[in-house]
Amino acid sequence: MTLTARPRTRRNPGLRRRRRRERLRTLAFLSPWLLGTGLFFLYPLATTAYLSFTRYDGFVSPRWDGLDNWTFVFHDYPFFWPAMRNTLWFVVVLVTLRIVAGLVLGLLVIHVKRGHSTLRTIFYAPFLAPPVAGTLAFVFLLNPGTGPVNTILAHFGVSAPNWFNDPSWSKPALTMLALWGVGDLMVIFMAALLDVPRELYEAAALDGAGAIRRFRHITLPHLRPILLFAVITGVIATMQYYTEPIVAGQVASGQIAGSGNQFEPGYPNGSTLTLPQLVYNLGFQRFDIGAACVVAMVLFVLSMVFAAFLMGRGHGFLAGED
Amino acid sequence: MTRHLRRRLAGTALTAALALALTACFGSSKGGANDNPNANVTITFWHGWSAPSEVKAIQATIDAFEKVHPNIHVKAVGNITDDKINQALRAGGPSAPDVVSSFTTDNVGEFCTSHAFVDLTPFLEKSGIDPTTTFPGPQLSYTQYNGDQCTLPLLSDAYGLYYNKDMFKAAGISGPPKTMSELDADAVKLTKESGDTYSQLGFQPDYHFYESTITHFAAQWGPTYFTSDGKSNVGNDPALKSAMEWQKNLVDKLGGYSRLDKFRTSAGEEFSNNNAFMTGQVAMMIDGEWRAGMIDDSNSKVDYGVAPFPVPDDMADQYGKGYITGTIVGIASTSDKQNAAWEFVKYLTTDTDAVVNFANAIHNVPSTTAALASPKVSQDPNFQQFIKIASNPNSSTTPASPNGGDYQLVLQQLGYDYESGKQSDLQAGLDDAAKQIDTNIAQVQ
Repeated sequence: MTLTARPRTRRNPGLRRRRRRERLRTLAFLSPWLLGTGLFFLYPLATTAYLSFTRYDGFVSPRWDGLDNWTFVFHDYPFFWPAMRNTLWFVVVLVTLRIVAGLVLGLLVIHVKRGHSTLRTIFYAPFLAPPVAGTLAFVFLLNPGTGPVNTILAHFGVSAPNWFNDPSWSKPALTMLALWGVGDLMVIFMAALLDVPRELYEAAALDGAGAIRRFRHITLPHLRPILLFAVITGVIATMQYYTEPIVAGQVASGQIAGSGNQFEPGYPNGSTLTLPQLVYNLGFQRFDIGAACVVAMVLFVLSMVFAAFLMGRGHGFLAGED
Repeated sequence: MTRHLRRRLAGTALTAALALALTACFGSSKGGANDNPNANVTITFWHGWSAPSEVKAIQATIDAFEKVHPNIHVKAVGNITDDKINQALRAGGPSAPDVVSSFTTDNVGEFCTSHAFVDLTPFLEKSGIDPTTTFPGPQLSYTQYNGDQCTLPLLSDAYGLYYNKDMFKAAGISGPPKTMSELDADAVKLTKESGDTYSQLGFQPDYHFYESTITHFAAQWGPTYFTSDGKSNVGNDPALKSAMEWQKNLVDKLGGYSRLDKFRTSAGEEFSNNNAFMTGQVAMMIDGEWRAGMIDDSNSKVDYGVAPFPVPDDMADQYGKGYITGTIVGIASTSDKQNAAWEFVKYLTTDTDAVVNFANAIHNVPSTTAALASPKVSQDPNFQQFIKIASNPNSSTTPASPNGGDYQLVLQQLGYDYESGKQSDLQAGLDDAAKQIDTNIAQVQ
């Protein structure tokens, strides 16, 4: 014991120094990330979590309030559950349709013999339009009384819906707007599709595989990482869906609230109300930052749950690749 | 010094520093400023005006002030929204404003309760100004909360009835309606249906249409929105119920909600030349004094007249009143030049010539009793109607509350449900609205 202990005691100071140096070096290399994550993610997250348990109007210092904000948001705030339902609707429908549309357009553009550059530009350009401008254009185009879409449909004897003025059609109208700007996904899918080895298709064709089987057994497996990326980023972006629904609702309602005024949430009839709009309504219009932080935490947890679920599924996808 | 003692001292110092920092967030809210008003200072004034004519008008007022107070220089910053105001008032610091104005009265309750603006009562007392005789009742009401006069009115808006004289003549109507029954009858007479919409609409009561909001209509019934202890009164006050019943009856008389809403969705944007009244699609509408200026400045060929908005039949003796709101101005608690800032606020809000000149320049209604009575105010007959409405002792406003205009939003939501038939039991709806308003207010207190 003594013989083994003594040399270790003598060697330990040098070893410890080396290990400390290594740890410091590792920390030094990690420090930009640690600093960024700490300052711009962990600190705001911790502050948001803390404020969700306080009464805070942004002017007077926060005051501990226990679970009152959580009870208010989940039980007494009439807009929370409609906004939750709408947000989940957008997550399921809008994200799915955007991915399908992006993939279809990507396939179309790479398979078109002539004019694919023009098509690529036409499909990608709307993505560059500022969200407010794009939304205003859509509200104008789909105006039930004066918009060209309904005018043309009426010309053919088709009874057109009220789009942004009808609670049943406002979300589909927003989905159409999102599909119009699907150019980002089209480009990503296009790049991934061009990356699939041609010889695989040729071999499958020689084996008698039709177009659908080639797509299912060659194209899709190669696209799985990209699909996973598109779903996760799509879900996160939809959780933050704010500008388009709020602009569409305000403009279609015809009542543009002045600065500082509260306005009808989610016109028509709450159908376009999403969770990020509640953060603004509570925090900046009602001076209830504590309750706004509750909604922000709900959004964070939902995003994490979706991401974890999809990553778990995605791991299977990726493993299947190997 | 032991480690324990050092820690305790450090803890005490930190606590003291934090306490100091937190109390320094806002200075005294009681107007106990001790800066020298005669010192040579520059104060920063944030306002929301952005149109060239408006900016020119406010600058002219500032120039006139600086002539009277050569030691106080005013740095004006325009096009400021309430979001920016809130951020600046929270942050404080050397670039924060000393004097702030806002176009909405909705946030006065929060500005007062949070002491983001100083209580101006000591300043008013120091200057020998009696607010109850200086400002009309509604203007005084929307600039204070629970006795804290943290803002003052800086010009007002009054709401009245605009009517199309040619359409009235064609329909054989001799003059503007004075009671709700007359309004209903005229609206029906002036309406021409076309398919599932209208080629001409007498009056558009749809709550989503322009200024046809529940609070603007309800002012004619004189509702009391809150009890003296700050609880919602909308479930108990018959005024609001009567106003909503009148609106719903008119909706039904004019062909029902669906038809009216279809017409609304096809109408032009409110603040454009395609405004349905300005294009001759609507014969009457409720609107503020600014509309007259907009019609005159546009290429609209509408021959219009202005009158007070009609009153309920059993309140015919109160004809002439209307809904009042306006711009407010206050002094930031973070300002260390509050006495100088007060001199400017006092000039802006109480100097009769300053108020009249500014009101004439931007086509707003003056906000002091003396300015309303001044012969220098625009004598345009249409504008004079709004002067009379603003001077009417029965005119009213929507009071301040601690969570912005939340209670108005709750009522507006009930209005949408009631006019569309989604909510058929109005009393039950009002009772629920009262509970929701109380819950929402309790949440922020």
